[in-house]
Amino acid sequence: MPQDEHKEGIGGMINPRRYGIERVAYLLMRLSGLGLLAYFIGHIYETSNILRGQVGWNDFMEMISTPEGHIIMSIVIAMCVFHTVNGVRVMLGHGGVGVGKPARPDYPYDPASQNYRHKIGIYSAILLAAVAMMYGLAVMFGE
Amino acid sequence: MAQVSSVSNEQSPTAKSITLKISRYNPEHDESSGFMEFNVKYEKWTTVLEAILDVKKHFDHSVAVRYSCRQATCGSCGMIINGKPRLACFTKISELDSNTVTVEPMNNFPVIRDLAVKFEKLFDTHQKIKPYLIRDDTELVSDEKEFLQTPEEVEQYIQFANCIKCGLCNSACPTMATDSSFVGPQALAQAYRYVADSRDKGKDSRLKIIDDSHGIWRCHFAGSCSQVCPKGVDPAMGIQLLRGYMLGFSS
Repeated sequence: MPQDEHKEGIGGMINPRRYGIERVAYLLMRLSGLGLLAYFIGHIYETSNILRGQVGWNDFMEMISTPEGHIIMSIVIAMCVFHTVNGVRVMLGHGGVGVGKPARPDYPYDPASQNYRHKIGIYSAILLAAVAMMYGLAVMFGE
Repeated sequence: MAQVSSVSNEQSPTAKSITLKISRYNPEHDESSGFMEFNVKYEKWTTVLEAILDVKKHFDHSVAVRYSCRQATCGSCGMIINGKPRLACFTKISELDSNTVTVEPMNNFPVIRDLAVKFEKLFDTHQKIKPYLIRDDTELVSDEKEFLQTPEEVEQYIQFANCIKCGLCNSACPTMATDSSFVGPQALAQAYRYVADSRDKGKDSRLKIIDDSHGIWRCHFAGSCSQVCPKGVDPAMGIQLLRGYMLGFSS
């Protein structure tokens, strides 16, 4: 990236502090997407252990059935739920659904596209992800 | 690069003071930017632009800043004020609720000097989406001498016609922060403005321009552009409505 363009760069792109909950959702969407991609690659490696037969599979299962493994799995559950729920919100928004209708703006110009429906969608995605994560932790550590 | 200055010119008893931190950078001979600090008196109605002009008048006339109308109409004085893109003439110091006001040049625009940035790319992308009515005939030969519209038809685009091309939306956009080829929210919102205009017949040619990997599909609906717009244009809404049309969600 040429220096003279004065781009904010990735640091500016992922900074969630300046533009409200929408920008937090934007960051979480990217982090959860990358996390799920990493999990997907790891999952392919994990399931490929079946080729080592029953003993190899059981050895690998034993290796990942640790408290650390359970915590990673619960984070994966949270990422999956957030990415799904927020993804539905974003896809609807991309289709122009729930972004408001054009109208003459009045001061102080609150943007109609950043309305309560989308804010509820974001908070719901975070809440559901937290609940699913706690449920996952309860199942995995509950025995 | 730091300097603290103050001036004892006569002010009203209600005047307070703040520290104004101004980013200084001349690409021709500075390797990196630095800040100069000034102690500035202000009233509750004093704008950030007035404070900067006060600095130019009393402390350092070499501070580079672009401004013109001082009433949020020309779109010249966009800058980063306390971390967010705002118009300096439209931002009162008293509203910032801070003892220190930091002003920097807008992000995602090349710096000319200090607070002044180049707008060439903004104007290029604006021009690229054909910001004018496209049709074969002209109102000069029609019977009514004008293209009539209903109030409902005007409502479809008038909000987006308020754009003053200040560049704040492009400065706040997370995609613009990393993608040098992205058209940007300003141009995309203006594409919607003309596509939604019932007088315009250039929809297909305009959509071809923005239907690009660095066009409308790069917008991820973060909405920061709409939050910083000083004229209530709401570029995020225009972009999503336009994309909804392209995806077949709406007619």
